[in-house]
Amino acid sequence: MSGYFKDIYDGIATAMVGMKITWGHLFTKSVTIQYPDVKHDIPERVRNRLYVNMDDCIGCDQCAKVCPVNCITIETAKSLPTEDLGETSTGNKKKLWVTKFDIDIGKCCYCGLCVFPCPTYCIFMTDVFEFSEYKREDLIYKFATLTEEEAAEKTANAVRQKQEQEEKKKAALEAKKKAEEESKAAEKQKPETGENEGADQKAPTT
Amino acid sequence: MESLLQSFLGDNLLTLVLYCALPLVFIILYELLAILGEVKISAFMQDRLGPMRTGPYGIIQPIADVLKLIQKEDITPKNADKFLFNLAPYLSFMAAYAAFAVVPFSSQYVGANLNLGAFYLLAIGSLNVAAIMMAGWASNNKYSLYGAMRGVAQIVSYEVPAAMMLVIVVIFVGSLNLQDIIVAQSGPIWNWIVFGGPKADVMLPSGQLFEASWINLVYLPFFLAAAVMYYITALAETNRTPFDIPEAESELVSGYHTEYSGMKFAMFFMSEYANMFLVSAVTAILFFGGWNSPFGTYVGELVNVQWLVPVEQFLWFAFKGLFFVFVIIWLRWTLPRLRVDQLMYMCWKVLIPFSFAIALIVGFLVVVL
Repeated sequence: MSGYFKDIYDGIATAMVGMKITWGHLFTKSVTIQYPDVKHDIPERVRNRLYVNMDDCIGCDQCAKVCPVNCITIETAKSLPTEDLGETSTGNKKKLWVTKFDIDIGKCCYCGLCVFPCPTYCIFMTDVFEFSEYKREDLIYKFATLTEEEAAEKTANAVRQKQEQEEKKKAALEAKKKAEEESKAAEKQKPETGENEGADQKAPTT
Repeated sequence: MESLLQSFLGDNLLTLVLYCALPLVFIILYELLAILGEVKISAFMQDRLGPMRTGPYGIIQPIADVLKLIQKEDITPKNADKFLFNLAPYLSFMAAYAAFAVVPFSSQYVGANLNLGAFYLLAIGSLNVAAIMMAGWASNNKYSLYGAMRGVAQIVSYEVPAAMMLVIVVIFVGSLNLQDIIVAQSGPIWNWIVFGGPKADVMLPSGQLFEASWINLVYLPFFLAAAVMYYITALAETNRTPFDIPEAESELVSGYHTEYSGMKFAMFFMSEYANMFLVSAVTAILFFGGWNSPFGTYVGELVNVQWLVPVEQFLWFAFKGLFFVFVIIWLRWTLPRLRVDQLMYMCWKVLIPFSFAIALIVGFLVVVL
């Protein structure tokens, strides 16, 4: 019987305790952050959207090589000897035109491995985390600064330059070969003639 | 109030309809407030902000909710009993609204000043059970049926202690008329029944003299307990947490209104909120002085503006009702749901013995004193 009254007392008392707690929370400052208007402070070293500072990119392709999911695609073209591409902020000489630098952020796993090998510190992760798109294609970020025509031109230049160089090389090689052959031929000529002479000489003897 | 309307519109059907529709206007306005109150209070109690986008601080959220409900498709399940399925929500709201007929909003406005007001309240309150059972069974859905069965078992059980609480007050005042019960509590706050009833003689509107003196203080502990117990049974009768096992969204989807959508769901929703205000108002009427001002006097009387007095009475009444609605919401976000056996234990083994004991003691005291 005493248990019965104790249960009733406990029931009322604990309900009161609960009500006191909720009453206190009624006037507690809310923890809600009005997200699109107000945002959380983001930690210093967060890994979010990748960004490439193309002024500093030397097109070394190291980031693309290290990427575990192959989301970086880089295409480069050699510059002509007459073109000066300038230097990066770290003092490296730029020798390549970067005709294509695509990052498919939809594939990116935010591991940050591409950041460390970069010799000029031009690829890094920013604190931008709101970049949803309606189309998957829009998630492929094109960082190359050259227009398509320019890129095509630079590629053509590089190809032509290569061809010219190859032709030159070929020509040089051929010239060398010719010269060698000639000199060889000249060298050969002597013993041949000697032989011939010998033969000639021999001939009458036989 | 009726005479006022008659002086404007004449004695015709329109006057009557308008007179009957006044509580409906009040209920709809109150419901907009209660929907907002529910979401905001729940949010604040959980250290959130609640809706903030619709209007400044989300204050037009209830209007957005209503617009959404109006646009929703009205679905009747293929295997449901169509007639009963469609009838149930309206019956449910009708039961809630019909009870407002005897609720005195002020000394000048009561839909029907019945001499059997308290009895009518009990009788019409049971109609909601029929609506719940109808909805649950006609839905042809196991969750709905379980919810309805639980709801009926719960409401029928809790009607016993609720009726006993009403009987206690009726024994004390000696009248079933709710206006009589309120007028008996007129005067300052200590004349409310929860504080032991009037301390001086009162002339009731029915013409009967209610004799009282300071000796009524002996009733205080009994009426205090009765008020708390009535409030608990009222919570159970409106299916609100911690007694929301008929709805029990975590186990029964949402109980008897699982299959309802659009405006039919809205009718159940309105009926629940109207019932919430009804039981709060009845708590206020029976124990907390109804439309009486706690100061015993009105600003209208002090400045001698007679038309202000009923307005003030209405405001006091609405304030008391809304306060108890707030407590219902407060309890909802505090207490977890009871188990079915705990619910029945509480009703049959705690509330009913105590209510009978109090009724016996009060009856004895009324005879002796």
